[in-house]
Amino acid sequence: MTTQLVLFWVMAPISVGSAIAMLLQRSAVYAALLLVVNFFTLGVFYLMLDAPFLFAVQIIVYAGAIMVLFLFVIMLLGVDRKESLIERLPAQRPLTVLFALLVAAEIFFAVRLGVGFSGTGSPSFAANGGGSTQALAKVLFKNYFFPFEVTSVLLIIAAIAAIVMAGRTARGEPSDPISEEQLELEAGGAPPELPPVEEPERVP
Amino acid sequence: MTPISYFLVLSGILFSIGTAGVLLRRNALVIFMSVELQLNAVNLSLVAFSKQHGNLTGQALAFFSMVVAAAEVVVGLAIIVSIFRRRRSANVDDANLLRW
Repeated sequence: MTTQLVLFWVMAPISVGSAIAMLLQRSAVYAALLLVVNFFTLGVFYLMLDAPFLFAVQIIVYAGAIMVLFLFVIMLLGVDRKESLIERLPAQRPLTVLFALLVAAEIFFAVRLGVGFSGTGSPSFAANGGGSTQALAKVLFKNYFFPFEVTSVLLIIAAIAAIVMAGRTARGEPSDPISEEQLELEAGGAPPELPPVEEPERVP
Repeated sequence: MTPISYFLVLSGILFSIGTAGVLLRRNALVIFMSVELQLNAVNLSLVAFSKQHGNLTGQALAFFSMVVAAAEVVVGLAIIVSIFRRRRSANVDDANLLRW
């Protein structure tokens, strides 16, 4: 009975603390690693809520695949650049903190009014089937079979879209349209539109 | 047993932290991570409600949400890489072509 409460009160500060640390961390790599910690604690919460399959999916898909993808892109874009702290709108930062506190308070009071702080859920959770994962499989493949198939189409579309958007240079096309900043950087000496080859043709 | 509302309040706290991250940060990657945090907070509340009602529909919904989040991460990171190639910057303030 109380071991779950102890586990909750151990894991909840880790979860909230890693989320706040991710918010305040200037380096993107450390932010990604703190988010992995947060995903692990969420997996533990899934386990406490009788969802062992979602626990495994959370660890494999989120903490494994998605965060590795994030870290890969961070390394691709360069890890050494720090975020600039200049705000375009002067009142944005205090207003954001105020807004976030208001959202948290609103959810707190909504939970207190709507659910209450005493109910512990239904005890006979995995009654239909041999276990929670089997019961979830029955729900997925009977009630939600068509959405399940549609998600596979969605995954294929997402993969093709990522290849089309990010892999444009693989076929030997002109790599990228050079931006204006790059042109200004490269135009320290002579611009490339003035080749010296045309000069001898005009002289005779 | 832990009361269900503890998980719901924790989910709300994580969601508001994610909201603050989306509004505060300027790096597009960190904004994206904050969106992931918001999605995970909502997943936690879905699983908690599933436990409260003794019904597995919430877990199935959280599962679909994870699949869609994976697809969304792939496409979003491709967009960020594409923008970075053009502008040499992952700062969201630099992508201001459509700003009035």
